[in-house]
Amino acid sequence: MTGLPVAEVSEAIATWERSGAIRRYKAVVDWDAVDEDPTSETVTAFIDVSLAPARGVGFDDVAARIARFDQVRSVHLVSGGHDLRCTVTGRTIRAVSDFVSQKLATIDRVQATATHFVLKTYKRDGDAFTPPEQDHRLPVTP
Amino acid sequence: MKELNGVIAACPPSGIRRFFDIAAEMDDVISLGVGEPDFVTPWHVREAGIYALEHGYTTYTSNAGLPRLRQLICADLATRYGAVYEPDGECLITTGVSEGLDLALRVLLNPGDEVIVPEPCYVAYAPCVAFAGGVPVSVPTRWEDGFAVDSDVVAAAIGPRTKAILIGSPANPTGAVQPRAALEALVRLAEQHDLYLVSDEIYGRLTYTSPHTCLGTLPGARERTVLLGGFSKAHAMTGWRVGWICAPASVAELCVRVHQYTMLCAPHVSQLAAVEALSGPDDAVQAMIADYDRRRRVFVKGLREIGLDCPEPEGAFYAFPSIRTSGLDSETFAEQLLRTEHVAVVPGSVFGPSGEGHVRCSYATALPLLEEALCRIDRFLRSL
Repeated sequence: MTGLPVAEVSEAIATWERSGAIRRYKAVVDWDAVDEDPTSETVTAFIDVSLAPARGVGFDDVAARIARFDQVRSVHLVSGGHDLRCTVTGRTIRAVSDFVSQKLATIDRVQATATHFVLKTYKRDGDAFTPPEQDHRLPVTP
Repeated sequence: MKELNGVIAACPPSGIRRFFDIAAEMDDVISLGVGEPDFVTPWHVREAGIYALEHGYTTYTSNAGLPRLRQLICADLATRYGAVYEPDGECLITTGVSEGLDLALRVLLNPGDEVIVPEPCYVAYAPCVAFAGGVPVSVPTRWEDGFAVDSDVVAAAIGPRTKAILIGSPANPTGAVQPRAALEALVRLAEQHDLYLVSDEIYGRLTYTSPHTCLGTLPGARERTVLLGGFSKAHAMTGWRVGWICAPASVAELCVRVHQYTMLCAPHVSQLAAVEALSGPDDAVQAMIADYDRRRRVFVKGLREIGLDCPEPEGAFYAFPSIRTSGLDSETFAEQLLRTEHVAVVPGSVFGPSGEGHVRCSYATALPLLEEALCRIDRFLRSL
């Protein structure tokens, strides 16, 4: 794939693991394809957050504070009508709702939130959860 | 009833057909017999085709093809290889390279003209020469030489009726890439004997060890070269049927003349998809090329490990291992392998006498299937 010797690739990976450039390895799971186990079900929501910036730190301190919650899977500062876009997961819609209303919205300088629950995932992190392409080729061709 | 066309009636059916029929009856065949990419056309190209259909681009185009597509093809040839062709007058869009080959031969040949065809080669070369009224003159190449064309052998085959040399590089079925020196020697021969060169470069982008040499860029070649290319292989667009001819204006003009009476134009939707293929991102093509190269290295190494001597295939997506150690001829080998282990390969003899003792294995197949095929071939070899 890289055209480099195996040893060189292993060394490069080890270096990035030590430096923290590679944080961890994880599976990309299509949860809709997994047999439903009610106890393992999760709910995902995208939360748009509007903030009041503070002199010297802008949005960084509040963003870092939000990122510390385990329920928060990702936090981005974005352009547009809101300031932060967060991904939040929980076991139930109620759990996510409670987190947003009681934890997120009550943080100082959080001015507004807009919650969008995920209904179905078609693609995540570059992996499409759509049926694989069929091979329509004839078995032997010139 | 009166006799049908004798030339066509005398042309044997493609030897590939029989293997297709046997393989079609089996449901767990691993096919290494497929001469087309296992990738589907990149999505942005398919989307452009859908858009073209939605917006009603269902009409004819000009005979030579969409000007925008011809401009893109000529610009691509110029930046990639330094080949200079005029979009107006020296380039036309064909319904795949197959039509391009047919047009080129019909335009170049008078009845009885001979065309030198180094073999093993693509199955259509000799029949297309014959259908165009010409006489194919096969010259052998040797796997010991990496299937490089020996200009001395070609020179010995040149006679008073010789009109052209037809060559494909990178090659189906061998995966061989002609060394630049071999091509230069052919150009010199063509100059000495005033011959045309028909260069099938459909696999031009699929080279793995050295950059592709475009025949039209060699000194002295351009004025006598008919360059054939297309989108089928590198862009995984076999079913769209889009190719092109680039040639000196005198040849290109006559190609358009035959094309306008026989084909009218290449499919409009396909031409628009091809515009997107050349003007859109190239990432998908590069990823496919990288994947072929990865499979090539794994597969060739695997073939050698199970005892099949395999010349290094430097282009296309075929390996052409020697099966001489099996003691079987290539047709028997392919048939027994298919019947006992359900692996489809194509006997080398189908591609010319010099292909005997080899089988063509396409590695346009997913890596796990290639690895399973290697296990099955190994088991087959041990059972002999």
